[in-house]
Amino acid sequence: MIHVSTTVNGDAHEFLCDPRETLLDALRDRLELTGAKEGCGTGDCGACTVLLDGRPVCSCLVLAAEAKGREVGTVEGIADGEDLHPLQRKFIEHAALQCGICTPGILVAAKALLERNPDPNETEVRYWLAGNLCRCTGYDKIIRAVLDAAGEMREAT
Amino acid sequence: MAFDQEKDEFKVVGTRPDRPDGIDKVTGRARFGADATAPGMLHAVIIRSPHAHARIVKIDTSKAEAAHGVKAVVTRADFAEGLDGENWNILENLMAGERALYDGHAVAAIAATSSLAARDAARMLEVEYEVLPHVTDVDKAMQEGAPVIREGAADGSVPAGMHPNVVRCHDSGHGDPEDGFAEADLVIEERFTTEATHQGYIEPHACLGTLGPDGRGELWCCTQGHWNVQKVCAALLDIETSKLRVTASEIGGGFGGKTAVFIEPVALALSRKANRPVKLVMPRADVFRATGPTASTSMDVKIGMKKDGTITGASGEFRCQGGAFPGAPMEFTAMCAFAPYALKHVHQVGYDVMTNRPKQAAYRAPGSPMAAFAVESVIDELCNRLGLDPIDVRLKNASREGTKANFGPSWDRIGLVETLEAAKEHPHFSAPLAEGAGRGISCGFWFNHAGETAVQLALSEDGTVQLSVGTPDIGGSRASMCMMAAEELGIPYEDVRTTIADTATLGYNEISHGSRVTYASGLATIEAARDTVKKLCKRAAAKWGIDAEAVEWRDGCAIPSGPNAGDFDPMPIKEIARDMGKTGGPIVGHFEATPEGAGVSFATHIVDAEVDRETGATTITRYTVVQDAGKAIHPSYVEGQYQGGAAQGIGWALNEEYVYDDDGRLQNAGFLDYRIPVASDLPMIDTVIVEVPNPGHPYGVRGVGETSICPPLAAIANAVSNAAGVRMQDLPMRPSRILEALKAGS
Repeated sequence: MIHVSTTVNGDAHEFLCDPRETLLDALRDRLELTGAKEGCGTGDCGACTVLLDGRPVCSCLVLAAEAKGREVGTVEGIADGEDLHPLQRKFIEHAALQCGICTPGILVAAKALLERNPDPNETEVRYWLAGNLCRCTGYDKIIRAVLDAAGEMREAT
Repeated sequence: MAFDQEKDEFKVVGTRPDRPDGIDKVTGRARFGADATAPGMLHAVIIRSPHAHARIVKIDTSKAEAAHGVKAVVTRADFAEGLDGENWNILENLMAGERALYDGHAVAAIAATSSLAARDAARMLEVEYEVLPHVTDVDKAMQEGAPVIREGAADGSVPAGMHPNVVRCHDSGHGDPEDGFAEADLVIEERFTTEATHQGYIEPHACLGTLGPDGRGELWCCTQGHWNVQKVCAALLDIETSKLRVTASEIGGGFGGKTAVFIEPVALALSRKANRPVKLVMPRADVFRATGPTASTSMDVKIGMKKDGTITGASGEFRCQGGAFPGAPMEFTAMCAFAPYALKHVHQVGYDVMTNRPKQAAYRAPGSPMAAFAVESVIDELCNRLGLDPIDVRLKNASREGTKANFGPSWDRIGLVETLEAAKEHPHFSAPLAEGAGRGISCGFWFNHAGETAVQLALSEDGTVQLSVGTPDIGGSRASMCMMAAEELGIPYEDVRTTIADTATLGYNEISHGSRVTYASGLATIEAARDTVKKLCKRAAAKWGIDAEAVEWRDGCAIPSGPNAGDFDPMPIKEIARDMGKTGGPIVGHFEATPEGAGVSFATHIVDAEVDRETGATTITRYTVVQDAGKAIHPSYVEGQYQGGAAQGIGWALNEEYVYDDDGRLQNAGFLDYRIPVASDLPMIDTVIVEVPNPGHPYGVRGVGETSICPPLAAIANAVSNAAGVRMQDLPMRPSRILEALKAGS
């Protein structure tokens, strides 16, 4: 077993893991952060998207041991206490989720987009989120929610 | 319960409040199938056949059982014996008996202390196979000499002389199509094929089960119908139904694929053997190889038309392949095929064909999208060759209230014409097309379903309401349940909390399928609320000392009416609730029944497509869905169903397919090679909600979830065919196919 010290959503964590264990499994099974989902285990669906030192990654393709000394951000860390992030509010307001299984990954990915590009156009949002599969919505309301959240965040700054 | 003509003003219904589970879903708090744990929990894996068809000579579990961390191994011997009918089919599918019938067919399962230990042990399980000849294509499976999947599987509906792989037949219609074709100015007959597609829900099947030596168990699972899971598990494990309590988790998509049972009895069998809780989560490759998919089809459709656009006759033969078990939805394919049209002469035949593929499962309006693809393509070709407008022709022949349906009954109040008229008026239909682009139109039909339904509405002491329903929420239905309860009770939406109750809490609820939830659980919620209102009025009447009949319920208050009008101040629900312990005890409204009158639904879609003549790639540039919802309770989620159905249809039409090699093995069991639409593939999807009330629901609700996937295959094929200048008759229209068609057409 490997000993890993890491930071998740700003909190210090330590755990032991098998060398083969993925970051996704460690987050879900060892830290009980089940917000990130496994949809495929092969990096094709994006449901397990988390931030690793600020960069969105498929946590099913990252070894848990690789999190050593790094900062991990998950959907559980997006809201500021009781205050939802504008993306979270806009997803609810626009009915941008049906079943909600892809929502954690899409929110993490979209947040990373808006941190890099506060004013994306529709095409940029669509290509940025092309690695996050949604089977329910046809993406229409997701794209609108992201664009609306971006607009609100620009006005607030 | 009939449409309430008086109810034409709504306060809550038709608005767009936030869904009650919204915050849970955007913060990661919502608990899906794989998110549950239990003390002492084991992790399980299923071992699957690598062969399309093979006799299982021997399974040696000894090395696997001795492996590190392994606590139980199960095979077919650990399940009930002597089952018949569909229970036998389900068991045979989730754990093979004498033969493995398709690539991915389960043969054993292992539970161990960690998922890695279980996976390591799986490699040590030894299975000896004797490989048998296989067939995976529907037409080949019907030919003489094709390997027989199961002797004697056919029922009495199959005409004599057909191959034993043809196991069921449907035949319906009226008039004589040959007479109709004789009256036509143009008759077109063509063959069409569609490949199997998977429902593609992002959440793999997952469950956590405990079954003790006393035969009592608990099961947590993602399913569209937990009472069905309870019933099937009880039968397959030979335990009493009521000893197993099943709780439905949040469900990460289903689209019909989670109406079936694949893993839950396996987890419980392992738990029974190990005497520990067992968690079983399907890897994605297993989801593709062993769950779903929909049927693949081969179809011949013949339609005659006069120069004025009148359809004079229609006939179709629909051959549906449903894997190694009976059940391909060929009767729905046949019945839906010509449903949009009022025809004097029509005949449809369907065949259910077995092959060495996974057992098909329902996928959103099973059978209807394929039928529409064949029929609406022929109609489009007739319109093109006769120089007729595609919407005018459909309006001219449209099914209306009172016309005789192709499969027998006369239509009740339906909204097909209204969708066609709305499509014709939509700016999309008259917008100029870019050079080289094509436009496609199609109609689509789905029956919708009602089913057994039980709900309970309990008043809390503070006047808020706890509504328990038994239909898993697969697309935001808790919001619409809260809205309907709030509407009836005259209280704020926020004062109602809807919970999906477990199997120990309510009577039997049929699966969330057939677009039945907003219709049936909605109707039941309205009935339960009206039942509650009667009880509330009775309490107020008793307090006032007047006749209960002389009390009305308005805006969340009991109000004296008739001779007592104005005698007392209105009594709000909160006051009645506060005092209920002293005035007769708990106030609970119920509804338990099988409602009838689900109300069929029609849609018309408009699609623009561009075809790259060098690469064969298709881009959908504009998409408009027009569909009759009867009454939209929460319009945002109705739009969502329209958009989702269209998007799945785009995938089915252009990219998605089960690819089998000559060895009968599935070649693309992953989201990289089985490519569902991603955000950059799609345009915005415009929606028009038409509301022609369903006479069988108090608010006029019709199911909306499935009809939206009925027109897309045809509408997109028509758009692509019109753009490419060649008729596309095989789905998916992948780039290589389009290039071949362009080459053959030039």
